Amino acid sequence: MKKLVFAALFFVFGAVPAMAQEADPDDEGGISVVVTDDSAWQDIGIAIASFATNRDVATPANANGTAALGFELASVVYNDLRFNGLFRPVGPDALPRPTYAQTTAPAWSTWSGRSAEMLVHGFVRANDNGNLTVGCYLYDVVLQTELVREGWEVAPGEWRRAAHRCADLVYSRLSGESPFFDSRIAYIAETGPKDNRVKRLAIMDSDGANHRFITNGQSTALSPRYSPDYSRIAYLSYQDGNPRIYVYEIDSGRQTLVTESSNPTFAPRWSPDGRYILYSMAVAGNTDIYRIRADGSGTPLRLTNQPSIEVGGSFSPDGSRIVFESDQSGSQQCYVMDADGTNQRRISFFGGRCASPEWSPRGDQIAFTHIAGNFRIAVMTPEGRNMRQLTDAWHDEGPSWAPNGRIIQFFRTEQGSGDSAIYQVDLTGENERRLRTPVGASDPAWGPVLN
Amino acid sequence: MKKRNMIALSLTSALALAACSRTPPESTPPVPQDVATNTPTTGSTTPVSTVPLPGSQAHFASAMMGADTILFDTDRFNIDSEDAAALRRQAEYLLQYPTATATVEGHADERGTRDYNLALGERRANAAKNYLVSLGVPESRLRTVSYGEERPRATASNEAAWAQNRRSVTVMIGR
Repeated sequence: MKKLVFAALFFVFGAVPAMAQEADPDDEGGISVVVTDDSAWQDIGIAIASFATNRDVATPANANGTAALGFELASVVYNDLRFNGLFRPVGPDALPRPTYAQTTAPAWSTWSGRSAEMLVHGFVRANDNGNLTVGCYLYDVVLQTELVREGWEVAPGEWRRAAHRCADLVYSRLSGESPFFDSRIAYIAETGPKDNRVKRLAIMDSDGANHRFITNGQSTALSPRYSPDYSRIAYLSYQDGNPRIYVYEIDSGRQTLVTESSNPTFAPRWSPDGRYILYSMAVAGNTDIYRIRADGSGTPLRLTNQPSIEVGGSFSPDGSRIVFESDQSGSQQCYVMDADGTNQRRISFFGGRCASPEWSPRGDQIAFTHIAGNFRIAVMTPEGRNMRQLTDAWHDEGPSWAPNGRIIQFFRTEQGSGDSAIYQVDLTGENERRLRTPVGASDPAWGPVLN
Repeated sequence: MKKRNMIALSLTSALALAACSRTPPESTPPVPQDVATNTPTTGSTTPVSTVPLPGSQAHFASAMMGADTILFDTDRFNIDSEDAAALRRQAEYLLQYPTATATVEGHADERGTRDYNLALGERRANAAKNYLVSLGVPESRLRTVSYGEERPRATASNEAAWAQNRRSVTVMIGR
């Protein structure tokens, strides 16, 4: 992956941009279908105008040139910001198109009458080296002042990342939270009837763009997890007839077994630093959790050692502890242990079952599947306190945290058809919505913010 | 091991009569549609004039009349008396055809979480397999695989369907 380079922003007078190109803002969104009423949260109006260009020239990033690309950049920013409930953004299709000069000198009179407290401007410039420079500016319309600016040099194929970086800049500056839009999701794409479902490993950007199927569906794929540097995906495949974890290298397409063993392995999890992989392995029917170096060196360390089922596992952000599930008490409950397997203790004591726990990247919460009649996504502290259910449907399962620990993705299965879709909900239980995916979707795994 | 097999053989031939006289489970499940990935389906649905080859899946399934499947309670993997009767019939068959090899599949219903269901399927497949081994079937002729909740037999979302899906199924490995 080409690195995003911070670029000093120079102001250059340029040609007047062309008129806005056609665009349906709904085409851009990977996320749709607002389920909960989030109008109370949408209190900050943000106008996101088409990004200007110094010179409308051809670019591999857009068949219609850099001016059209500027419109698309603003559309991506708009779609990122309109789905988190904090903002009331207005996209470029409903706004006047600023000139290149106005990028750093907004026409305040144009914007002050539009009930937008905030204004996003930007530019895109094609460089001689083939790359694009994208600038992003956030202005306070009321104070008529610039709040923050940043710029990035990207390869044409990665233009959307610059837009996500811009959305992250705006989101972070206005909410005080860490960024998360410039990130990716691995998941399982599902097609076909319930008793003959085809399950394929797939990846996409956080907004659903750049979607790619990785496996062809000939064998069932399950439970993917991106490595923290996005170079690899650990996932389960039945390709040799048995459930086994493979580590797939995205660039080369090569894959290796997580461990050389004739025993079935499943539920892969990376450590936050990417050095270790947790896996669950059944030996003579008894499943326990093991830890192995991600580079395959050394011998696996067995972390649990009970006749009951111990499965899954999720590291705390500092890598020192692991939350996992076990049925040693007679039903699935959540336990915490040190990363070497010592100090195991149960943390869930609130009734119902505790399954598929995932430690928040911020460390302060653990998300899990709460089974009590229905299957719901819930959170608790690492001590098992303050349990809160965030969703309420027939079957919600498999939480995965946004990189900033503010949003949780999960998958929802419909009663009867068994059809699944990925949803997300924020930590308050608000802003629940479904992600748009090409086909059915399950087992979401949200990776960290890209470097 | 050999000695044990001999004892088991004589035991199972005695048990055979008892097992055969038993009525099959109330809702006799259909012949399994799902076979192990590397097991080509033999022509159980293709009209053929010849009798299925002993040791083939078609032959086994017709001989078992539903006893190829063991059902389990929610989250459980214990072998009850009805399961034991069915497993005795499976063992008897496997001992009668000593070149036959089988896969014991473990399954879970959809009302569980993905990873746990895989572990649960492992438990069930191994519980059934261990029972077969205890009856004298050589362990080398049995493999296990867990499909978790991935291969439901009944597709409805209700107790009756889930009860059918919490199962182990013994499938002959094609030759």
